[in-house]
Amino acid sequence: MGILTWTWILVGITFSLYIGIAIWARAGTSKDFYVAGGGVPPLMNGMATAADWMSAASFISLAGIVSFTGYDGSVYLMGWTGGYVLLALMLAPYLRKFGKFTVPDFIGDRYYSNKARIVAVLAALIVSFTYVAGQMRGVGIVFSRYLEVDINTGVYIGMAIVLFYAVLGGMKGITYTQVAQYCVLIFAFMVPAIFISFQMTGNPVPQLGFGSAGHDGVYLLDKLDGLQTELGFSEYTAGSKSMVDICAITLALMVGTAGLPHVIVRFFTVPKVRDARISAGWALLFIAILYTTVPAVAVFARTNLIETVSNIPYSELPDWFSNWEKTGLISFEDKNMDGTIQYLAEASRNELTIDRDIMVLANPEIAHLPNWVVALVGAGGLAAALSTAAGLLLVIASSISHDLLKRVFRPQISEKGELMAARGSAFVAVLVAGYFGINPPGFVAAVVALAFGLAAASFFPAILLGIFDKRMNKEGAISGMVVGLGLMTFYMMKFKLGWLGAIPPKEEWWFGISPEGFGSVAMIANFVVSITVSRFTLAPPVDVQDMVEDIRIPSGAGAAQGH
Amino acid sequence: MTDNKMKAYWKENVKYLFILLSIWFLVSFVFGILLVDQLNVIKIGGFKLGFWFAQQGSIYFFVVLIFVYVRLMNRLDKKYGVDE
Repeated sequence: MGILTWTWILVGITFSLYIGIAIWARAGTSKDFYVAGGGVPPLMNGMATAADWMSAASFISLAGIVSFTGYDGSVYLMGWTGGYVLLALMLAPYLRKFGKFTVPDFIGDRYYSNKARIVAVLAALIVSFTYVAGQMRGVGIVFSRYLEVDINTGVYIGMAIVLFYAVLGGMKGITYTQVAQYCVLIFAFMVPAIFISFQMTGNPVPQLGFGSAGHDGVYLLDKLDGLQTELGFSEYTAGSKSMVDICAITLALMVGTAGLPHVIVRFFTVPKVRDARISAGWALLFIAILYTTVPAVAVFARTNLIETVSNIPYSELPDWFSNWEKTGLISFEDKNMDGTIQYLAEASRNELTIDRDIMVLANPEIAHLPNWVVALVGAGGLAAALSTAAGLLLVIASSISHDLLKRVFRPQISEKGELMAARGSAFVAVLVAGYFGINPPGFVAAVVALAFGLAAASFFPAILLGIFDKRMNKEGAISGMVVGLGLMTFYMMKFKLGWLGAIPPKEEWWFGISPEGFGSVAMIANFVVSITVSRFTLAPPVDVQDMVEDIRIPSGAGAAQGH
Repeated sequence: MTDNKMKAYWKENVKYLFILLSIWFLVSFVFGILLVDQLNVIKIGGFKLGFWFAQQGSIYFFVVLIFVYVRLMNRLDKKYGVDE
């Protein structure tokens, strides 16, 4: 059977599974809708969190990024996993004990202020919308590459599926489909990786394989370092970014991860505080399976690619090359007219242009794996994109129906009315996300990476201080969040988006830190401003101080409370 | 729970956090970034040690750290009678 038939079969099976689960896990109450009734077993919550967290970018692009940047790619590997340690140790258990539905709930109650609540809602909406647009686009791209339909048709199909289970099932439907999606995506990622590792090194465990020797007896990493230097690139295991920037980016990604509302809210869905702790452990374990395989895939793909195409006559290239040439992801321009591919670091003589996504998408074909494995990668990419999109849409929907409508504008709204409003806002959010997926604003791609900086600069300090600093008051938290968000936005506009005149050169970066890493600086500014301001203003009221004492003690969490 | 007991519980909790987060910092920022060149001199199989910490080792440590934390906290909760 051909790749296309296999893809249709696998996509058909997995999509029917998602829809079946959605019908089984309908939401009956607003509590079902926001936190899956608060009864999700920790192991399942771990899987759902892993699927929620690993987006199309983790699945499709990450190995490619690491492949092309070598050691510098470590910032993503450490940054996107290390944040879970912060989350598990410093946020998740306490937020679970607090026991409401959303992150703005916590900010609003802890800082006894609807102003703080609204700042938090705005931050949640900005972070989630920038992120979700990229996911819908990802769904469209996977569809177009694997099923040979138009990108926009792909976005429509993705919208219809997400609409179905997010609107019907809310968090409950999303959680159980995410469990299924985790299984699909991890299987789809691991199967080709294991095959390739075995082929290239004789070791079926990719994590060990890329530290082993190839069939010629030379260690793979040494060989790759050699190939890279030969072609004029920097050594694979050495980086080209400055140390201070690597530190800043890693920290911003870690702290941003711990501050992302769609990740935090997952820990509201388990029954007890101890479940919140352990499910963070499961989540990171499930994420680590993929994240420790990624650098192995990156090395295999890079070595394979260089060996297959470098200095090879165009006419002798394997079939996959022409297959992927059609998609425009790889292209050859014979600059010196010798009919042979020169792949070099030097731009004026380099003849090969490669899109980094190809490292995962075409990898199974490059390694001559069977057609069903190639198709599996497509189904895995879709699972990754859909699960993340659904989680984000839920945050958007609950920000509107719960944080704004129920808590600020219409406190007297009935349970049924709130559930209707939640479904309605999920519906509108899907349409808006779909619109951005079809007409991606130019700045989305640039901003997604910076969503972490925004989360790091706003939520993380406010939540952390809310738990660990009893003296923190609303004046401190609000001014900290405003300064953090403002500083991050300003830096982004100046050095990344170029909205304030031409983008200045690297030499003008503050402290030598790139816009991607600036979240660390903005976070520190938030901490300093919060603490300073709070010490010069009134202490929080006694009932809030009691609440802080209470969330520090795990017993008596009960189910997530309504109001 | 009395005020004193609560303070003692919280103090032990913060002590655990301090120790575990120091290890977290050590395996990622120190071994994986700040000392990467020095550690890269050491090789284990095909891996340079600093590179291994940055792309593999730190992640394994992160997972272990959370599970150790869970164990420590469950024991602490029992000790102070605040478990469920």
